[in-house]
Amino acid sequence: MRDYNKLIIELSKEGRKAYSIPKNDVETVDPEKYIPKNVLRKEDPKLPEVYEVDVMRHYTNLSNKNYGVDTGFYPLGSCTMKYNPKINEDMAKLPNFANIHPRQGEDTVQGSLELMYELQEKLCEITGTDGFTLQPAAGAHGELTGLMIIKKYHEERNDTKRTKIIVPDSAHGTNPASATAVGYDIIEIKSRKDGSIDLDELKEALTDEVAGLMLTNPSTLGLFERNICEISKLVHEAGGLVYYDGANLNAIMGKSRPGDMGFDIVHLNLHKTFSTPHGGGGPGAGPVGVRHDLIKYLPVPVVAKKDDKYYLDYDKPSSIGRLMGFYGNFGVLLKAYTYILKMGASGLREASEAAVLNANYLQSQLKKEYKLPIEQVCKHEFVLSGMKDSDVHTLDIAKRMLDYGVHPPTVYFPLIIDEALMVEPTDTETLETLDNFIEIMNKIKKEAIENPKILEEAPITTPVRRLDEVQAARKPKVKWD
Amino acid sequence: MNPYLPITPEEREQMLKKIGVDSIEDLFCDVPEHIKLKEELKINDPLSEMEIRRRFSELGKKNKNIDDYTCYLGGGAYDHYIPSTVGHIAGRSEFYSSYTPYQPEVSQGTLQYIFEYQSMLAELTGMDVMNASMYDGATATAEAALMALRIKKKRNKIIVSKTVNPDTIDVLETYCHFRDIELEYLEEKDGETDPASLEKIDKETAGVIIQNPNFYGIIEDVVHISEAVQESKSLLIMNVDPSTLGVLEAPGKLGADIVVGEGQSLGIPLSYGGPYVGFMGTTTKNMRKLPGRICGETVDEDGKRGFVLTLQAREQHIRREKANSNICSNQSLYALMNTVYLSTMGLAGMKEVGNQCVSKASYAYKKLLETDKFEKAFDKPFFKEFVVKSKVDAEKINEVLFENGIIGPLDLGKINEDMKNHLMFSITEKRTKDEIDKLVEILKGVE
Amino acid sequence: MKVMDNLYYTKDHEWLKIEGKIGYVGIADYAQDQLGSIVFVELPEEDDEIEAGEAFGAIESVKAATDIYAPVDGTVVECNYDLEDEPELINEDCYENWIIKIKIDDESQKDDLMNADEYKEYLETLDEEE
Repeated sequence: MRDYNKLIIELSKEGRKAYSIPKNDVETVDPEKYIPKNVLRKEDPKLPEVYEVDVMRHYTNLSNKNYGVDTGFYPLGSCTMKYNPKINEDMAKLPNFANIHPRQGEDTVQGSLELMYELQEKLCEITGTDGFTLQPAAGAHGELTGLMIIKKYHEERNDTKRTKIIVPDSAHGTNPASATAVGYDIIEIKSRKDGSIDLDELKEALTDEVAGLMLTNPSTLGLFERNICEISKLVHEAGGLVYYDGANLNAIMGKSRPGDMGFDIVHLNLHKTFSTPHGGGGPGAGPVGVRHDLIKYLPVPVVAKKDDKYYLDYDKPSSIGRLMGFYGNFGVLLKAYTYILKMGASGLREASEAAVLNANYLQSQLKKEYKLPIEQVCKHEFVLSGMKDSDVHTLDIAKRMLDYGVHPPTVYFPLIIDEALMVEPTDTETLETLDNFIEIMNKIKKEAIENPKILEEAPITTPVRRLDEVQAARKPKVKWD
Repeated sequence: MNPYLPITPEEREQMLKKIGVDSIEDLFCDVPEHIKLKEELKINDPLSEMEIRRRFSELGKKNKNIDDYTCYLGGGAYDHYIPSTVGHIAGRSEFYSSYTPYQPEVSQGTLQYIFEYQSMLAELTGMDVMNASMYDGATATAEAALMALRIKKKRNKIIVSKTVNPDTIDVLETYCHFRDIELEYLEEKDGETDPASLEKIDKETAGVIIQNPNFYGIIEDVVHISEAVQESKSLLIMNVDPSTLGVLEAPGKLGADIVVGEGQSLGIPLSYGGPYVGFMGTTTKNMRKLPGRICGETVDEDGKRGFVLTLQAREQHIRREKANSNICSNQSLYALMNTVYLSTMGLAGMKEVGNQCVSKASYAYKKLLETDKFEKAFDKPFFKEFVVKSKVDAEKINEVLFENGIIGPLDLGKINEDMKNHLMFSITEKRTKDEIDKLVEILKGVE
Repeated sequence: MKVMDNLYYTKDHEWLKIEGKIGYVGIADYAQDQLGSIVFVELPEEDDEIEAGEAFGAIESVKAATDIYAPVDGTVVECNYDLEDEPELINEDCYENWIIKIKIDDESQKDDLMNADEYKEYLETLDEEE
């Protein structure tokens, strides 16, 4: 089964059909006679002609070549690959939510609006902010939203000289990319060795041209920024706003809130912290929360409530505008809402505590055989810098893990750590799973010392072995012939 | 204990001991005391699955769904039939619980369906290369505008037709405003892009955006527009509905340089507006200016066919502030749904859906005009949506329809004041003759 | 790292060869080595005017990308289109395979660049940092 290696088009046979729809029961209109010739299709698209069993077997076989959270341990740093509860999926499929049209009248969607309104309120409380938009489709889209809010804020104050955003060099690549996407220039400041903000560097960068600072806390090294209040104070004094990249919120739910740290704008990744699935790359959801005086800039429409009725508020003259065709990834919002109901206040706190406990446990055990560049209590993740007593590359370590049936940690990020291996066990794993992972890591260490070739040749047990990425990029083949 | 948090109190003690601390609180010693929460968050207490189901049932009753009501709404989201295969494949957690395929050896399932998705969308649109998906059709359109400016570096103007979906235009305006991009409009005349306004396209114009069929369901005179765009050496950006492409000409054949659109028509539930999935493609020449992930075919060390994410040097995780776009998460699982939909429908199915839409929409249009309640708003060929002008108050019409179990047409007056009492009906292959006849019968009686 | 005599170098590891009014621009061995297998070279258009220090193109490998900066002011008169199909030529011989040929505006700008010996010293300082 692992060797299944067909494209769906290769199963195609003329005349086979996998669909059935009723016969047309009205008078047939021939498009040839009705639609202008020059916009009528002349050449058939090459689509598969298969029957239903082909479809099911083909994609089931493909799914067998995939590794998901339901397959096993997924300690991918910065990605929070926690378990996706099944009740979430069931709730999103309920016909009263899945089968409603986005242009239905408000009276016919009160349930959806109420749910969204409640979710906004819960997210405000969790993050310590005053208003939320659920519209952004993903973390990067949330960043875009937040940066537009920053820009609009300065625009309305006629403070047009603020053209720069400060981003630490340890940041996710999306941060600088998002800032550029709204027309900002980037000031990259060097982090200290432990990944924290160098206050002197920050002070130097903070001129009256700075619109804001983007930060994630805990940092991408998984360490809590102790000077966070000082940092936000400095940025505010210089007239800027402080933006919270919520990628790492899983460390601090119910323990501390970005709003209380002085952050003005916060985006969350519901597909990380709030257990909605990553879907092989999406969809996620990246809601954005703001402090009270920035609420007027949130994208339209905002879900609002008047008397006992919920409605979509378009009447927001200072709004940055619309960011999605409709109101965001509603189906994902449903799942996150379900998760919050399930966990409750105590459950969210316990999840963060478990995430931090698990990370510290792994850190304390793995540092024996692997280099730990910064020795201190970590939050929900930590970064190793390759192996002790061996110069094998992180990539080879990662590939060998695949042979042992676990998904490797994030590799070569953050950029400021050499041979980085970023481990995030999340809150939903057992001690047995963690111990098994430690055992595998130690076994790989032993192999690296005794016979590093095993690592270089790994993986050997996966559906395919290492792939030629150079060929793929030099002569891109991005569709079937 | 919480069903997702498995560490027992005994294990916790054991782990803390190995870490070398006394308590969980010690692990939070780096959080300054004054920003530590002293009490629980003020949200709900934990609920059981049964309680959650009850809550959803309560909320659900406050919604009206299109299984119980017959739906004539469109305007960017459509009630097409979704074959059973789609939900069953997309519901496999090997797919949905996986991450972005950054470890290709254990992600061939995801990578191969992306490759197939790209292939099928490329076939439908006639483009050389598609990306692995965008958030939705509207954001894909805005990204196409930014892409046009990357290709035509010395130009700073985007022109969009007013016949493009107004919500898409809103998103485009948002993206352009913050980039200081000049945005101009082609006027609408008789429901289509006014040919007279094509003269606005000049040497400063990086890209021209049109939608086909346009927001009003009308098939645009693409050939004419395309010629005007080529003359000024700008790029033609076409936003298309893929469900029409079994019948309508591939945009690539009509001179489109960038093709975008909303993939909801291809097997995705309406779900109150999302998640949907945007698609985006271009020509080989502009391939490296495309934003987002792209999957490519290659071979492994043993020479076996395999797939990887390729051309990654364009993307934010490598190029940072110089990346083509900040997009990373896309709508991959929904691209899978498109893929399974297209595999299930195949060539014949796509033609059948297209032809039925045209026939049924034409039938409904004819029947509605035969009542004395409506008159033509425009007189142009349309695909699955059309606009009529009502002699009766539009709100009244929708009220009566709703009482009769019908979610009525889109009231364009609510979007554009100039279009008071203009109603836009969307008719997919799902509508039957009986349903349409019932609709007409009810409307005959509305005063 | 191989450094060729008679060329001028920038701190971003471009080299410039001057033949009268005409200059050839490529990337040095150090840059080629850092990038690894090159998969794509983005070329400017002919007749483009370029300014010293301005990015006129880009080079991509699988997991990295870098802009290519103009060493001096000038106008692009020719691009090495062989690189479009065979970007790996730069890995094979980065000094033989120039990227663009330019008409130099002001030859004296070469004085702002490093000669081979200066560049070698510069490379040593980079090694020390590592």
